[in-house]
Amino acid sequence: MTLLSVSGLTKRFGQNEVLRGIDLEVSQGERIAILGASGSGKSTLLRCLNRLEAPSSGSVVVDGVDLLDPRTDINHARQRIGMVFQSFNLYPHMTALGNVTLALRKVAGKSRSEADALGRAALARVGLADRAGHTPGQLSGGQQQRVAIARAIALEPRVMLFDEPTSALDPELVGSVLGVMRDLRESGMTMLVVSHEMGFARNAADRVVFMDEGAIVEEGTPGVIFEAPGHERTRSFIGQIQRH
Amino acid sequence: MGYTWGWYVVSPWSAKGQTNLAFLLSGLGWTVSLALCAIAVSVVLGLAIALLGLAKHRLVRGVSRVYVEALRSIPMLVMVLWVFYGLPVVLGITLDVFAAGVVALALCDSAFEAEIFRAGIQSIERGQWDGARALGMRWGQAMRRIILPQALKRMTPALTNRAIEIFKMSTLASAVAYVELLQQAKLIASLNFNPIEAYSAVAVIFFVFLWPLVQFTYLLERRLKRDE
Repeated sequence: MTLLSVSGLTKRFGQNEVLRGIDLEVSQGERIAILGASGSGKSTLLRCLNRLEAPSSGSVVVDGVDLLDPRTDINHARQRIGMVFQSFNLYPHMTALGNVTLALRKVAGKSRSEADALGRAALARVGLADRAGHTPGQLSGGQQQRVAIARAIALEPRVMLFDEPTSALDPELVGSVLGVMRDLRESGMTMLVVSHEMGFARNAADRVVFMDEGAIVEEGTPGVIFEAPGHERTRSFIGQIQRH
Repeated sequence: MGYTWGWYVVSPWSAKGQTNLAFLLSGLGWTVSLALCAIAVSVVLGLAIALLGLAKHRLVRGVSRVYVEALRSIPMLVMVLWVFYGLPVVLGITLDVFAAGVVALALCDSAFEAEIFRAGIQSIERGQWDGARALGMRWGQAMRRIILPQALKRMTPALTNRAIEIFKMSTLASAVAYVELLQQAKLIASLNFNPIEAYSAVAVIFFVFLWPLVQFTYLLERRLKRDE
């Protein structure tokens, strides 16, 4: 079953065309890794999928809801689309539990006690049950990113978008975040991951999408993309990555 | 010049001084209430103008811009006189001296408050908006729960500075005979022919009153630096 469907998606910033006609179908439960050099439009694509960035043209349908239809309540739709950012974007003036429960209370309309119970459960899922009372400043980068994941999954989204979730982390903290993402994968969550973390793309993704200059150049299973890429751009990108 | 000094008129150790100081201090309460009311009105007005200045619509932003530019350039004393003497003639609105003082100070100050709010709100990283909007929060919810609490913390030293300024500027209301500290001092000065002593007493009272506030802003600034 198709959960997310993108067609003819373009995005311009002034004269600069960042996305040039993206078509992408994602099935329920599928894990997609999006690769590409800096500036290839990966993050912009992800940000168009919950309309943090307004597409210039094309269509984005998530879970049967057309995000670009002016009649769509985008705030309602966004509850179904979790997003995790490179820089975590936790609210520094709130505790971990406060971060996780705010949207539960103010967007999903849960009572405080209900939200607290769901929030604690979400923190437990990312292994941070004992950090509920800590503020982001008191947590490591890896822990902060796991709180950010808990904050997103607490709303029970149908799909999770990860925008370079490990790029801002010290190498020794990357593992804990990838571990949480692997658990999410086991639970059947549909995921789109923009990452430089090749291990995840290779081992945990069902499909790898390679982008260059605002377009999808090639897509396929990790085996195909990493071992026998068909396109010259993909080959040179994979080659560069693997030399490092 | 033959000036006859007479510190006894404001000395706490002479009977006459005590009477005069009590008289002066009776004006302090009115100074404080005028300043506090003006600050309250000005903060609300300033926030509203700042939010208009962040609107999507260019025309709305323009209104905010014109308001700020115009009111920043009008001297407070002129505004006090204009509100008290001008409003009844032009708009048929007659305000008593207290209300006129509050309106005039608040109008002038709100332009500065608006700039502080705008800068404070804009200083919050875009990621905080992303983090809030991606979870389905409306603009107003994100502003109230996420952006403003963080911005307010950064703005507190600047806002406290404005409050100090308003306390001092409240003396301008004496121009329309509002009975506050300076107005009382004028009376004492003219009754005793000791203006320097009377006005010195006003300066000392203001200093004693505002110095702790000034220290408080330093403390806040140090705190913020340490936190960030």
